[in-house]
Amino acid sequence: MRRNILKMIHEVQSGHPGGSLSSVEILASLYFSILKHDPNNPRWENRDKFILSKAHACPVLYVALAQSGYFAESELLTFRKMNSRLQGHAHTKTPGVEMSGGSLGQGLSFGVGSAIAAQLNKNDSITYVLLGDGECDEGQIWEAAMSASHYKLDNLVAIVDRNGIQNDRFTHEAMEIEPFEDKWKAFGWDVSAIDGHSFNEIIPALNRANSIKGSPSVIIAKTVKGKGVSFMENNPGFHGKAPNKEELRQAMEELFSD
Amino acid sequence: MATMEFKTAETRIAAGEVLAELGGVYPNLVVLGGDLNKSTQVTKFADLYPDRFFDFGPAEQNIVSVAAGLASSGKIPIVSTFAVFGSSRPYDQIRVGVSQSNLNVKIIVTHAGLLTGEDGVSAQSIEDIAIMNALPNFNVLVPSDSVETKSAIKSAIATDGPFYIRLSRPATPILHEKESFALGKGGLIKEGADATIIACGIMVSEAIVAAENLASRGINCRIINMSTIKPIDASIIIESARKTGAIVTAEEHYIQGGLGSAVGLILGNNIPTPTENVALTQYAESGPPSELLKKYKLSSSAIEDSVEKVVSRKTKKAVS
Repeated sequence: MRRNILKMIHEVQSGHPGGSLSSVEILASLYFSILKHDPNNPRWENRDKFILSKAHACPVLYVALAQSGYFAESELLTFRKMNSRLQGHAHTKTPGVEMSGGSLGQGLSFGVGSAIAAQLNKNDSITYVLLGDGECDEGQIWEAAMSASHYKLDNLVAIVDRNGIQNDRFTHEAMEIEPFEDKWKAFGWDVSAIDGHSFNEIIPALNRANSIKGSPSVIIAKTVKGKGVSFMENNPGFHGKAPNKEELRQAMEELFSD
Repeated sequence: MATMEFKTAETRIAAGEVLAELGGVYPNLVVLGGDLNKSTQVTKFADLYPDRFFDFGPAEQNIVSVAAGLASSGKIPIVSTFAVFGSSRPYDQIRVGVSQSNLNVKIIVTHAGLLTGEDGVSAQSIEDIAIMNALPNFNVLVPSDSVETKSAIKSAIATDGPFYIRLSRPATPILHEKESFALGKGGLIKEGADATIIACGIMVSEAIVAAENLASRGINCRIINMSTIKPIDASIIIESARKTGAIVTAEEHYIQGGLGSAVGLILGNNIPTPTENVALTQYAESGPPSELLKKYKLSSSAIEDSVEKVVSRKTKKAVS
């Protein structure tokens, strides 16, 4: 997945590698293990839904969708190009993309709507929303958090990619969000904190979140921005910068040696 | 001066009634409120269908994005709030979340324009038509009375896609006997040969009074009720220009980006015609609605002045 992400961003020389690489294991866990979905029928009524609120990290979503079979992997290299279905920020024109995003802070509310609809329809569909930690500076996240617990949306699971870096710099420098777990608890959410690169922690945390009754659940996934590529790891410089030819070569070498 | 007596009714009450009625027709109709539910009259729906009514408090960004999530899941969400809180306040959520993915969200707002009166400029939405017109995919409706409000809402709910429907707080003149709204069609109120008044919302009744007064001075006006601002009825605009050679637009809205701009675009591209615009040219203030309309020149007499001006421009052109 990481190699595909870097190849597509390198190909078009634009995109957001850092926050895509940090959430690879989260999306892999969802798409290849947890989600009830049908790549041949993306609008299947009883599907679980994955909402990418941090829509700039769409490369990781496109790779997960392609590797699930929503479209051919060869289409990945059309990312951000003219006439492509793979837009620069996630858009519903891509098969399997649930929400058009690109303006931070809206996905958790969208997930509230999706979860309410599932409850009205009395189906057991679960809605998962991936948030960025920098994104949680947006006030709308907390409007949505308040309403999700008010309406006891236990079919809603938020996952925060807590990679500690936002567009300009480290999150604690830009806007301190700690004590982060306490904030979610105060808003009435079930909270768990895990290593967001460990399948042994992610999958049990998702299963636990699904079993919680009477309140929504949030999983705070501690991750490393740019994970897997030494010179991108924990480097704010690679939030929204494409690797050049030499950087791609080095990254591929590192990822093949994994 | 003609003294016309209209029966009056609140468009917001009509909206509350028709939503309650449609709740029984559409099992997937869901109403979202923002702590203004008595004022917007959606409590009627809430009483009948409590499981399909959700209050989110005054958190309009959240409400609009929740509506997008519901629409994406096959529901028909109604966002119910005041005009200022259903347009400019959550505009980014409307733009990215609703318009860009063309979702089936219906934003039905009350307390629009100057008629909200004493609450002052923050509550007076005079920019909302402009900003909603600027969104691809959106339909923008400004019904002229309570009867048309009901048929406009029925039409919006029967039509897939995003809608913005703009209603008032106080009782306004009843102009229609039966529900006759047709999406994208201007309604011919009366024929006339000298000029056409194209109006929307409460300005339609002002246009009728103005036309009465002008007739006594020998000027006969055609009147069009342009209750769909987007998509605008180009053919009735072009036909009016051809028949009368002069156009006056009238709206309870700022002069930029509203009905006047939409009509001007059609005229300029098809049949350049002398045009005057009755609209706000500045922010207003707190005050009784009727006095605000008078002071800020949104009254029948302002329409009369504009018609006389546009007719004189037409004559001058003919002479030269």
